[in-house]
Amino acid sequence: MDDSHVVIIDNKEILIEQEQNLLELVRKAQIDLPTFCYHSELSVYGACRLCMVDVEGMGLVPACSTPPLAGMKVHTNTEETRKMRRIIVELLLANHSQNCPTCQKSTTCQLQTLARRLGITTIRFKNQNRDVPLDCSSPSLVRDQNKCVLCGDCVRICSEVQSVGAIDFAYRGMHTVVTPSFGKDLDKVECVNCGQCARVCPTGALTPKSEVDEVWKALHDPDKTVIAEVAPAVRVAIGEMFGLEPGVTTTGQIVAALKAIGFDKVFDTSFTADLTVLEESTEFIGRIEKNEHIPQFTSCCPAWVKFVEQYYPEFVSHLSSCKSPQQMFGALAKDILTGSLKVKREDMVVVSIMPCTAKKFEAKRDEFTHDGTPDVDHVLTTQELGRMIEEAGLHFKELSPESFHLPFGFKTGAGVIFGNSGGVSEAVLRYVTERLTGERRENYEYKSVRGESGIRETLLNVKGKEFSLAVVSGLGNARTLLEKIKSGESRYDLVEVMACPGGCIGGAGQPISRDPAVKQKRTKGIFENDRMLELHKSQQNPYVIELYKDTLGEIGGHKAHELLHTGYKNRKRMVDGGMTLSGFNGESALEVNVCFGTSCFLRGSQKLFHDILGHIRMNNLDDMVTVSASFCYEKCDKGPTIRIGDTVIEGCTIEAAVEAIERQTGPFKREVTHHA
Amino acid sequence: MNLTIMELNKIKETFHSRKDAVTHRVIVCAGTGCLVNGSLKVYQELLRCVEEAGLNAIVELKQEEEGIYVSKSGCQGFCQIGPLVTILPENIFYTKVKVKDAGEIVEKTLKKGELIHRLLYIEPGTKKVCQTSEEIPFYRKQRRFVLKNCGVIDPENINEYIAEGGYISATHACSDMTSEEICDMIVDSGLRGRGGGGFLTGKKWHVARLEENSKKYVICNGDEGDPGAFMDMGIMEGNPHSVIEGMIITARAIGADEGYVYVRAEYPLAVKRVRKAIDDANKLGVLGKGLLGSKYTFNLQVMEGAGAFVCGEETALMASIEGKRGMPSPKPPFPSQSGLWGKPTVINNVETLSTVPLILSHGIDYFRKIGMMYSPGTKTFAVTGHVVNTGLIEMPLGSTLRQIVYDVAGGITSDNGSPMSDGFKAAQIGGPSGGCLTKDHLDLPIDFDSLKKEGAMVGSGGLVVMNRHTCMVSVARFFMQFTQSESCGKCVLCREGTKQMLALLDDIMEGRGTEETLDLLEELARTVQKGSLCGLGKTAPNPVLSTLRHFREEYTAHVTHKYCPAGKCKGLAKFRIDKDLCKGCMLCVKKCPVEAISGEKGKPHTIDQKLCRKCGACIESCKKQAIKGDKAWTTVML
Amino acid sequence: METLRKFERVCEIVDQNGRNEARLIPILQAIQVEYRYLPEEILTFVATSLGISPARVFGVATFYSLFTLKPKGKHVIRICNGTACHVKQSMDLYDIICTRLNLVAGQDTDPDMLFTVETVNCLGACGLAPAMVINEEVYGQLTPERALALIDDIIRKETGNEPDHYGA
Repeated sequence: MDDSHVVIIDNKEILIEQEQNLLELVRKAQIDLPTFCYHSELSVYGACRLCMVDVEGMGLVPACSTPPLAGMKVHTNTEETRKMRRIIVELLLANHSQNCPTCQKSTTCQLQTLARRLGITTIRFKNQNRDVPLDCSSPSLVRDQNKCVLCGDCVRICSEVQSVGAIDFAYRGMHTVVTPSFGKDLDKVECVNCGQCARVCPTGALTPKSEVDEVWKALHDPDKTVIAEVAPAVRVAIGEMFGLEPGVTTTGQIVAALKAIGFDKVFDTSFTADLTVLEESTEFIGRIEKNEHIPQFTSCCPAWVKFVEQYYPEFVSHLSSCKSPQQMFGALAKDILTGSLKVKREDMVVVSIMPCTAKKFEAKRDEFTHDGTPDVDHVLTTQELGRMIEEAGLHFKELSPESFHLPFGFKTGAGVIFGNSGGVSEAVLRYVTERLTGERRENYEYKSVRGESGIRETLLNVKGKEFSLAVVSGLGNARTLLEKIKSGESRYDLVEVMACPGGCIGGAGQPISRDPAVKQKRTKGIFENDRMLELHKSQQNPYVIELYKDTLGEIGGHKAHELLHTGYKNRKRMVDGGMTLSGFNGESALEVNVCFGTSCFLRGSQKLFHDILGHIRMNNLDDMVTVSASFCYEKCDKGPTIRIGDTVIEGCTIEAAVEAIERQTGPFKREVTHHA
Repeated sequence: MNLTIMELNKIKETFHSRKDAVTHRVIVCAGTGCLVNGSLKVYQELLRCVEEAGLNAIVELKQEEEGIYVSKSGCQGFCQIGPLVTILPENIFYTKVKVKDAGEIVEKTLKKGELIHRLLYIEPGTKKVCQTSEEIPFYRKQRRFVLKNCGVIDPENINEYIAEGGYISATHACSDMTSEEICDMIVDSGLRGRGGGGFLTGKKWHVARLEENSKKYVICNGDEGDPGAFMDMGIMEGNPHSVIEGMIITARAIGADEGYVYVRAEYPLAVKRVRKAIDDANKLGVLGKGLLGSKYTFNLQVMEGAGAFVCGEETALMASIEGKRGMPSPKPPFPSQSGLWGKPTVINNVETLSTVPLILSHGIDYFRKIGMMYSPGTKTFAVTGHVVNTGLIEMPLGSTLRQIVYDVAGGITSDNGSPMSDGFKAAQIGGPSGGCLTKDHLDLPIDFDSLKKEGAMVGSGGLVVMNRHTCMVSVARFFMQFTQSESCGKCVLCREGTKQMLALLDDIMEGRGTEETLDLLEELARTVQKGSLCGLGKTAPNPVLSTLRHFREEYTAHVTHKYCPAGKCKGLAKFRIDKDLCKGCMLCVKKCPVEAISGEKGKPHTIDQKLCRKCGACIESCKKQAIKGDKAWTTVML
Repeated sequence: METLRKFERVCEIVDQNGRNEARLIPILQAIQVEYRYLPEEILTFVATSLGISPARVFGVATFYSLFTLKPKGKHVIRICNGTACHVKQSMDLYDIICTRLNLVAGQDTDPDMLFTVETVNCLGACGLAPAMVINEEVYGQLTPERALALIDDIIRKETGNEPDHYGA
C-alpha cells in the first residue's frame, strides 16, 4: 500500500481515495462511528459531536469535518471518546420524550439504537423535556418536538436538496427548535409534503402520518368493500422491514399479505401507470404539434406539483393535465369498479400503498374529491403496510406469492419503472417512438435516461425530429432547471421531475435505512422487475386496450379526460397572513388592494403600489381611497394583480389602476361635494 | 484624492500649529461612562461659560487663533470618578465635574490659573492631592501604549489622529512594503491576538496572504460580548482611526480590498464614532479606491450586531454578516482559507488591530521590549468587582495580578465599598470563558501561556476581582448562566451540557447536591470543554472547572454540610425563630406563603424546615426581629 | 396613514439594501426602528422580497436578542446584568422595578403597553455599575431608590396618577 495515502485507523491501514473527511474513511474501515448530523448528501454541520475521534498529535477532533491526511493515527474507541459519546447520548435522552415503546420510530430510531449500543442504563441528568404538543396539521407528516435532537438534517435537506426551506431553526440555545415560520403549523406553510425531512430524521421527531387505524377500521366494517392499489416502488423495498435485501421483489408476498389482512381486491398502480403513459404521451404529441406549453412537465409527483403551484405559477400550464397513477386508479375504481363489483361509491374504500408521504396530501386535494368522498380514501406508506403486516402476525418472507386481481392488476414493465427516476420518461419514450414512427422497436430499454445524477439531459431523434428531454430528481435540481428554462439558457420538450432524489424508490414512506447504497439496490430491483415481465410497453397492455375499447373510448378522448385528467392552479405559499396597511377605514371609501405575493412582487407590484399612492396624494384622494396590501390573489402568472373596489385587474399598469380609481371614486366624489 | 505622506505631514503641521496657538485646551471625557454621568452637559456648559466670560471658545481648530479649545475625548478609563475634565497645557485633572462647576473652572482655572481643590483627585490611602493624572496611581502604574491617545485626542477628528502620527504606518504599508514584509514584521513582533486565543497574528495573515483568490476580506471583531469587559469599546469610542489604520495594514498584508467592522449593537456610541471615522477616512482618501496615494482599494463598512454573544466567535460572526443565524461552523476550513462567503478572511480583534500601526511606527524592537518574550506588548483590562478603582487599564503583558489589583486598582473593598486590606479572594480573568486566579497567583505574571497553564485565559481582558465574602459556587453559576443563555444551541454538548451544568450548580446551591453531584459536574464540564463545536462551548466550563480546582472545599461545604461558607446561598440558609424574642403575634404565620410556620397566639412559633422556601417574608413581617436567617439571607448575590 | 407610511419605509429599506439576502440583519434592524418590533406580515414580506423562505427570516429574527416579535411598551427599560452590575446587585433593581410595575414572572410588558422591562448583558458602563437604560438614556451608579424615582416620574407623566397604584 502506498504510504503517502494511508491513514491508520484503530491499528488498521486505510487508503485515502475520494473520502472528504475522516468519518467516511472510518466507515470504510468497517467501523460504524455513530453520528446524527452527517449525511453525505448534505453539508457538513458538526453539531452532534458523536463522531469525535482521537487523532495522535491533534487530540479529539470531529471526524465529519476533519480532512484525512496521510500518516494520521486515528483511534475511535479511547476512554475519552467512549465517555463523550455516553454523555452526549445521556444529555440527549434527558431532553427527550421517554415514551420509546409507543414511538413510530421505535426500533428504527438512532438515538434508541445508540443508547442500547453504548449500554446506557441510567440517565444521570435531570429530565428537561418540555411537553410540547404535536403538530398533526399536515396530511403527510407529524412533528413531535419532544423527540427532536436538533441535528438539523431535516432543515438542511429541505433547503439544500429541496430548495423549499419550509422549516428552519428558530430561537437560540436551549430554546432552539426546528419549526415552520412563525411557529405555524406545517400545513400553513410552503411544505410540499415530500417527507424527505422524515426520511433523514434520526429520531421520531418527524414521521409520516399514519392512517393505519383508519384502514383497519374500514377493513373491519362489513359494509365496506376495501380495495388496495400498490405502487411500483413498494415491492422492492418492503422486504427490508422483514430482513430481506433491498431491491428484492416481493410483489406476490405483498398481494398475499393484503389479502390475508382482509382487502377485498388488490390491484397494481402500475396498471394506471400504463394508462398514464398513453394519456400523457398523447398529450405531449398534441402539444408538440400545436407547439404550446412546451416543455411538458410530468405531474405524477404531488410534491413537485405543489412546488410548481407555489413557486412557478407561470409553469402550471406546462404540467401534464394527467392525474397521477394513484388518482387515475382512484377515479377508475370509484367510477368503474363500483359498477362491476356492484358497490355504492360511499361503500367502496380505496387504499393506496405508496412509497410516499406527499401522496397522502394528493389524495385529499379538492380536485380529487367527488360527491363528498375522495377517489382515494387512504394512503398507506410502505412503512405503514409493513407495520400492519407485523400487527397481523404474518411471516412475510414465508408467504406464498399471490397474484393481483384483474383487470387492474395487470401491468407492463413500463408501468413498473415509474418507481425509478427517469422511469416515466422511459415509459413515454417506449410509446411515443413507436407511435410516431409506426414501427415496432425490439429493444425497449432507453439507457440514456437512466442514471444517478439529479439532472440528466438527453437528445432523441425520432423520425428526423429531435426531442430534448430532461430527467430531474430532487426539487433543488428542479429549481435550477426551471431557472435555466426561464432565462432561456436551456430548452426542453419533456421534463420529468420527481421530488425525491432517485425517484419514488427514495420516497419518504419507504422503510428507514441509513445505508446510502439502498437506493441503487431498489433501482436495480425495479429494472429487474421490468425485465422479468412479459410485456414492456404500455400500449401492449391488453387490459388497458380493453378498457379504452369498452369504457374510455379513445386515448385522450372525452371520457378519458373526465376520469383521467385534471387541472392545477397556483397557490399561496403561506395559507394565512395578509397585511392591511390601510389608513382610513371610511366605510364609504374605495378599497385598493395590491398583491405583494412573490410573483406579483417580481412583476413590479411594489412600483405600482408607489405610483398609486403618488396618484392618490397628488389628487387628494386620501379621504376616499383605502390602500392595502395582501399576499396572494393566486393569479400569479398574470401579475401584478390589484383589486380596486370590486374589480380585480390582472397585469395591472398604473394607467389601468388610475382609470379604475377615477371611475370608481366618482360616486364618492359626488357624495363629498354634496356634503360640502 | 491622492493622499501622500507629504500631505499627511501637512495636515499634522497645520493641526499642531493651530493647537499650539490656543491658550488652553479643555478635554472633556465623552466615553460611555462619563456620558452616563452627564459629561456632555458639562461640555456644553463649559463652552457656554467660556463664551460668557468673553473668551474665544473654539470648538473646531479652523485657523491659528488664541482662545479656549474645548474638545471631547474617548474613554479615559477611570469612569468611576467621572465626568473627567483635563486642562492643557497645565495638565490639570478634574474629577466628578458637575455642570455647576463649569463656571468656576472658567473663572478660576482658565482665567486666573488657580486650582479648584475639591475637583482634584485625592489618593484614598495617603490623602495625597493629585494635580495631574500622572500623579494618580491608577494612571501612573499603567503602561498606556494602545490607549495612549484614547482619552486625549478628539475621536471624531481625523486630523488630530493624523497629527499624532496616524496613518503614516498605513501609508508605508501601502507604498514601500510588500505583503510578505508586513506579515513577517508582525510575525517577528510576536503580536498575539488580543481577542482570546492568543494566536500569532502574523501567522494567520500569512495563511490568508498565501491563498490565491482575487477576493479577500478583513474583519474587525468588535463584538465584545464578555459582560464586564469594555476595552474594545474604549478603543472604538476613543480612537476609532487606529482600528481603521490597523485594518488597512491587514488588508495590504493579505491582499484584501473589502472589510467589515462588526460592532456590538449595545455600543451605540462606538457604532457612531466608527461610522464617522470611516466616512472621514473615505473623504480624505485614507480609504476607498487608491487609498493613501497607492494603487490599492480598500472599502470598509460597519456591521452592527443584533445581540448574540456567540457572534464573537469568528465563524458565527461571519454567518451573521452573511445574514444568517450566528451559529459557528466547524473548523477546518479556517477563515483564513475559506471565510466570509467562502473567501479567505482575516478576523482580528479591535485591540490587536489598533496595536498593528504602533508596531509599524515604533518598530519591532520597541514593541518586544514591552511585556514578555513570548507575549510581547501590552494588554488592556477592564477591572471591576470589589476593588477601589474600577475602570479600563493597560499593562505590559507579564505584569502580576498584585500590580493590577493593588497598585492600579487600589486594593480590595468590602461589599459596601469600603477598603478591606486582607480581603482578596479571587479574580476571574477572561470573563465567562476564563478561569479564576487565587491568592497563590497574585505574583503570577499574566501572559497568554502562564494563564493557560492555570486553566484561565487572558481572553478579552475582563478582570473581576472578588473579596472574601464571595461565594465561588455562585460566581461559577453566574458565568454558567451567562454562557448557557448565550449558547447558540447548535452542538449538543454546549446546548444540553451547559443547561445540565447549570442544573447541577442549582442542586449544589439549593442543598440537593452530594459528592456525586460534584463528580458528575466535573466530568460533564470536562466533556463539554473537550467536545464542543466552538470556542464558546469549549471555554464555557472554565469558570466551573477553575473554581472546582481552587475552591473545591467550598463546593464540598455546600454538598456535605449544606452550608455556604460565604453565607450567600439563599437556598442553604436556615431560618429559625428565637423563642425568647417571639411574642407569638401570628404575623409571620399569616405571611408565610407556604404555611411553614405554625404556632398559636401568645406562644413562640416554629418553622418547619422541610416546607420553608427561604423567601424571607417572615423576617420582614416580624416586628421583634425574632426570626433569624443565616447571614445568607440578606445578600443574595455573588 | 401611519401604517401606510411605515410600509413605504419598509419598501425603501429593502430597496436601499439592494434586496440582498446578506443584508437581512441590517434590514430587520431598520424595520425594528420603524415599528419598534418585527410584525409577522412584514417579515413575510421581507422574505418575499429577498427571495428567501419565511422560516429563515423567522430563524434569524428569533436568534438575536435585540430583535423582538412582540410589540414593546412605550418605555423600554433595560437593566444591565453584566458582571460588574451583577456584583452590584443589578438584579435586585430588576426585581424592584418589576414589582413596581406589577409585572409577574415571565411577563416583560405591562398590559397598558407603557413599559417593557428586560435585562441586557453589558452596556460597557461597568465603572458606573449598576446601570440601566431607559429608552436610549443610560443611568449609572443606581440605588433602588433612584431607579424607582426614575420609573415613578414616567408613571406620573404618563398616567397622571401616583405610582403606587400602577397596574393594580
